[in-house]
Amino acid sequence: MMNHSKNINNFVWRKLSGFFLLIAGLLSASAAFAGENDFGIASEWQWDTQAPATDMMANMISFHNLTLWIIGAVVVFVSALLLIVIFKYNAKANPIPAKFTHNTFIEIAWTVVPIMILVVIAIPSFDLLYKQRVIPPADFTIKATGNQWFWTYEYPDHGDLSFDSVMIPEAELKEGQPRLLAVDNEIIVPINKTVRLIVTASDVLHAWTIPSFGVKIDAVPGRLNEAWFKANREGIYYGQCSELCGKDHAFMPIAVRVVSDAEFAKWLVEAKIKFAATPSLQNVKVASISAAE
Amino acid sequence: MATDTALDAHEHHTPTGWRRWLMSTNHKDIGTLYLFFAIFAGFVGGAISMGMRIELAEPGMQFFPWIAEYIQGADDPVDAGKHLFNVFTTAHGLIMVFFMVMPAVIGGFGNWFVPLMIGAPDMAFPRMNNISFWLVPPAFCLLVISMFVDGPSGYTGTGGGWTIYPPLSTTGQPGPAMDFAILALHLAGAASILGAINFITTIFNMRAPGMTLHKMPLFVWSMLVTAFLLLLSMPVLAGAITMLLTDRNFGTAFFDPSGGGDPILFQHLFWFFGHPEVYIMILPAFGIVSQVVSTFSKKPVFGYMAMAYAMAAIGFVGFIVWAHHMYTVGMDVDTQAYFVFATMVIAVPTGVKIFSWIATMWGGSVEFRVPMLWAIGFIFVFTVGGVTGVVLANAASDRIMHDTYYVVAHFHYVLSLGAVFGIFAGWYYWFPKMFGYMYSETIGRIHFIVTMIGVNLLFFPQHFLGLAGMPRRYVDYPDVYAGWNMVSSIGGYISYGAAIIFIYGVIKAFRDKVPAGDNPWGEYADTLEWTLPSPPPFHQFNTLPKIK
Repeated sequence: MMNHSKNINNFVWRKLSGFFLLIAGLLSASAAFAGENDFGIASEWQWDTQAPATDMMANMISFHNLTLWIIGAVVVFVSALLLIVIFKYNAKANPIPAKFTHNTFIEIAWTVVPIMILVVIAIPSFDLLYKQRVIPPADFTIKATGNQWFWTYEYPDHGDLSFDSVMIPEAELKEGQPRLLAVDNEIIVPINKTVRLIVTASDVLHAWTIPSFGVKIDAVPGRLNEAWFKANREGIYYGQCSELCGKDHAFMPIAVRVVSDAEFAKWLVEAKIKFAATPSLQNVKVASISAAE
Repeated sequence: MATDTALDAHEHHTPTGWRRWLMSTNHKDIGTLYLFFAIFAGFVGGAISMGMRIELAEPGMQFFPWIAEYIQGADDPVDAGKHLFNVFTTAHGLIMVFFMVMPAVIGGFGNWFVPLMIGAPDMAFPRMNNISFWLVPPAFCLLVISMFVDGPSGYTGTGGGWTIYPPLSTTGQPGPAMDFAILALHLAGAASILGAINFITTIFNMRAPGMTLHKMPLFVWSMLVTAFLLLLSMPVLAGAITMLLTDRNFGTAFFDPSGGGDPILFQHLFWFFGHPEVYIMILPAFGIVSQVVSTFSKKPVFGYMAMAYAMAAIGFVGFIVWAHHMYTVGMDVDTQAYFVFATMVIAVPTGVKIFSWIATMWGGSVEFRVPMLWAIGFIFVFTVGGVTGVVLANAASDRIMHDTYYVVAHFHYVLSLGAVFGIFAGWYYWFPKMFGYMYSETIGRIHFIVTMIGVNLLFFPQHFLGLAGMPRRYVDYPDVYAGWNMVSSIGGYISYGAAIIFIYGVIKAFRDKVPAGDNPWGEYADTLEWTLPSPPPFHQFNTLPKIK
């Protein structure tokens, strides 16, 4: 299966890049943990990106691996040159300094070669950028509104469905719920459906992100930003507010649960009943502000 | 002095005591003031970052609630601690940028060595030079005051980050703390603009006979480019923060969408200043490293013209890449593509500089004195920070790393390591010239090695944290990030220890008083400052030197 070979390919890339960084002497033994992380959340001592749950993120990781190889090679090359200087051209080994100050060929080379390397990076980079930012036709839309300090989600294509998503405090966590990441009401989306996100904010800047989806988009008051994802694996995926928004910036996580179509349909029915009865914190907040004024 | 004419003799008296410093118009004294101010601010900013590393060493909140409860006396220590952390990140950024790196490289080394290197008796506008310095301590005081007055309702200090994005910096923090911070930036910015005018005028008009632009030492070139960047970018910041000030206090709505304004406009203005600002901090370090590498390799700089014009190119392109700090704000995809392209272009002149430094050492007879250790360290850490910049330049993959610790690691590699390594290279290189004493080679070496270990342990793991998804400016983080954060904190403690070794070395040098001689580095230290005694006389070049 295509997906399967892509995963293996990815796995090989990860292992190779780990090996490479080891050569560079930049890593401790903990690199062995890489590639064994759970989906949707980082693992302990993780040193690379979270595992992908969208094709887009898989592509982003491949692209990042390409750039990582290139920059690793550059660092190794420069370090090697410095080591040669240190061992070969120190005052003891080479008491009489050379006099040269120019070499046209090498000066052209170190201008042209970096340009060619940048072109190698730029071609897949632009390709991926346009894939990310040209929003494909979506199956449905979710609107996310950042508030100090929780998220409000709306499903405009599914009636009036709207609810708040607030971090669960440490004392109320249930078994298996990660601290600072678990929320009371997760976003529920069906697998393999293109979801369009409309992101905005009600007070200050926030940013909505799920690392495993390769999505990060700022929530800006007065502006509707767009992003999209198509999750290809069931499970729960966590992200955290990524634009400084005040005191509880670190305490307004994002959680998306990817489920089957059937589960999604079932959830929709229940959610409409459940959230129809729950007033939004956002309205409470707006009401209290206007009352104060 | 014997060569003085009777006419200007009365202006050449040497003031003493507090008058010498407060009312100084002497570029060397003002340079010294800047340097010691920068050391002081560096320790304050460093202590603040130690607070953050203590907090982040383990998951959960420990240190800041403790400060909030026992030092601030807050009723709600946990919430007060969360805000206090943001106050610390804000203060750390602003202090290190405006009160440590810039005063050290521009005010300190720039003031000291630009006139000496071009054969000028002083700066073009000595009194303006005085006010340039004396605006900086009041600016610093305003920033410190801002930490103790009301910010967001119920808490003191401004927690908007050094980028002070609205609306968090407007409606998000109604108290006067943000106004104090804005005024601090205004004063520091005005000081920088005055300084920039002074440097440009000095370099264009006061070069000794024969000192053509293409014979100027690369450090002077770096200061010339830096001064232009300051002159063109600082007013934009001043405009932006003035608009912020009127939005906050006088009912304008430049950045308020409910009044037709746009928060993103502030980000464009801020980064139009902010991106040149990072080159303002690193270009003087480039200049210092060029001088040091050439001196200790006993070879002239390789590709002098390419080195000078690479800096000019970096300065120019540095003005047209600002929105690469804003890939996630929802910019049009074509705009993002442009900024990706323009940003990657900077890698080319930067590569030219790195390779030219190595080519300068190549075939040389390299002596690993302390300044040279810092210069070689600079080339390594700047390369690491530079290449992660290429990764971040790509909007497509920046999407993963934006506002994570990867960005923190990147800009600390180029600034906290790059610029600071440049500052230390300059400090050890010119210490004998400035003060007439040799520093202790042993202490200098220990300082370098401990710093090198500390900062790499501190910042390298932050790449991993960022890739794994840990957002920046977080007082507490999911437990999975605990491991690398602990490593990072240990690196932080080691780095601060290294700074104390540095101070010990400075005190020891002043106590031991080992005379340095006019030129401790030999014939390859061939710029004009080495032709003068150490320390140079109060006024130098009364007879202008002739450059062949």
